[in-house]
Amino acid sequence: MPDAPGLELIAHEINERHEGAVVGTSYEHEQAALLADPDSIREVLAYLKDAPGHEYRFLASLHGADYLPAEPRFAVHYELLNMPRVERLRVKALLPDPGDGTLPELDSVTGLFATADFQEREVYDFFGIVFRGHPDPRRILMPEDYVGFPQRRDFPVGGDPVIFTNTEDSVPGWTK
Amino acid sequence: MNPTTRTPGHPDYADTTRTPEQLGRDAVGRTEAQVIGTSPIERTAIEREEELFTINMGPHHPATHGVLRLLVELEGEVVRVLKPMVGYVHTGIEKSCETMSYWKVIPFVERMDYLSYFFNMEAFCGATEKLLELEIPRRAAWLRILHLELNRIHSHLVGLGTTALDLGAISMFWYCFRERDKILDLFEMSSGQRMHTRYFQVGGVVEDIPVGFAERVKAFCADMPERIDQYAALLDQNEIFLQRTKNIGVVSRERMLDLGVTGPLLRAAGEPWDLRKVDDYLPYSEFDFNIPIGTIGDNYDRYRVRLNEMRESVRIVEQAIDGLPEGPWIADDRKVVLPPRDELGTSMEALIHHFKLVTEGFRVPPGEVYFPIEGPRGEYGVFLVADGSSKPVRVHMRDPSFVNLQSLRDMCVGGYVADLIANLAMLDPILGGIDR
Repeated sequence: MPDAPGLELIAHEINERHEGAVVGTSYEHEQAALLADPDSIREVLAYLKDAPGHEYRFLASLHGADYLPAEPRFAVHYELLNMPRVERLRVKALLPDPGDGTLPELDSVTGLFATADFQEREVYDFFGIVFRGHPDPRRILMPEDYVGFPQRRDFPVGGDPVIFTNTEDSVPGWTK
Repeated sequence: MNPTTRTPGHPDYADTTRTPEQLGRDAVGRTEAQVIGTSPIERTAIEREEELFTINMGPHHPATHGVLRLLVELEGEVVRVLKPMVGYVHTGIEKSCETMSYWKVIPFVERMDYLSYFFNMEAFCGATEKLLELEIPRRAAWLRILHLELNRIHSHLVGLGTTALDLGAISMFWYCFRERDKILDLFEMSSGQRMHTRYFQVGGVVEDIPVGFAERVKAFCADMPERIDQYAALLDQNEIFLQRTKNIGVVSRERMLDLGVTGPLLRAAGEPWDLRKVDDYLPYSEFDFNIPIGTIGDNYDRYRVRLNEMRESVRIVEQAIDGLPEGPWIADDRKVVLPPRDELGTSMEALIHHFKLVTEGFRVPPGEVYFPIEGPRGEYGVFLVADGSSKPVRVHMRDPSFVNLQSLRDMCVGGYVADLIANLAMLDPILGGIDR
């Protein structure tokens, strides 16, 4: 783990090369996180992967989160790992909800990390975050014709309509 | 096949520039499809000339180890395209966890990867303890290591038994399940349940081990190394098993790392990466054990790595039961841990806290944490977000089966469809963990 000052140095270094790419840092429970601008997530991750002295070559995990009611609401987390130094670094892209049913978008990192393929599909499946440039942008765990993104915080639990046996006549449009 | 016609230098030999030793082991088995060469059968395997035949393997097929569907495009018997389709046992566990208080989440996450329930529990409890900044007592840590390593042996036994079954060796299945049952007996003794034990609690473990448990564990540890030798004797001299595993499903170390593969699959490819050695989520540094690794990353290496991991786990279990420290088995934080039963009759405060802990659950301060541990299939990581209430905002399990499944394409494309079954078995995916 980079410590808190080390994290600031990394943020400063990336911002020198890509203006405004890192918008903040957080350090809690001995875990370091960079808050990245969603539009330059690929540049940030590519820099951390390849720049000498960083070389976070292993993407341990990629997952989404919904911080409703906070704004920006969505986040995609990239858990980077440098194996020789045993250092972990989290990169967080915070995404606002565009509203009126449009889905938030983010660049896919499958070109940098092949492992991101399934995990980006999972984030799309559950949070409705579209990954631009993903080779196979389909749902992965939910059925392909499913409507809605079930891990969003405003998605109801147990809200699916169910047609009950013997009373199906009461459903509008139902024919035997 | 006559081995004399397949020696280096012979026109039929796959790669005339390298000796079998340089290729790694005896590269004269059923490797035509995977070694680039010039003989007629190799040409068939490498050049795309005929139309493709699309079949679905699964979702209901005993060799898919669960409800996994593989869309396979075949050219003759050679796999050209492979797409895993998952989600048939998706039950929304992660979403359900958001509606439970923390202590009720524990039995939920256990049911994700149903062969490594202790690892799911440890990842979740560890993440919660990190957010609470709660230290667990030494005896609890030792008991956790003891059960985790027994669980690792159990999981590898099921993996080995079903793998051998897929390759036609049914007796291995019964032998492995015989030893597995002994481990389940031990789990039943310590926790009351054979599977999905809910033995780990935030702050430690639920109960101390009962009288007589240590002797049973020692007897198991004395017995197990000999059993592992017997498995090795059964498989290592089995010509069919060797031909179906050696040089099959080779994926390089670099590609495995790129695909995010962890666990025995990565170690079989030669990367000595094990979180037990480099991380301090539990005091593994006080134990003496080795990390077995493979050389070229074929199915034989994967089998050997798992076999030797069982040996090392037996050693850890032995050390854990011999050096089990005395003391409490759960932390003494009354805001998180249930008070002892005997206090409820005499202490009003204990009664109130017991009531609040059971009905509402303990509250976890706001924060987020990613907590990875080394399981039998690789890195189990829980990503946990807390908002200060008694229910988590987000529980995500980074399940190794889900990530490792992406490497199946690299193992199978260009190989025979029969080897696909062997590769899938050696990948050892648990669909409950993939679909969650």
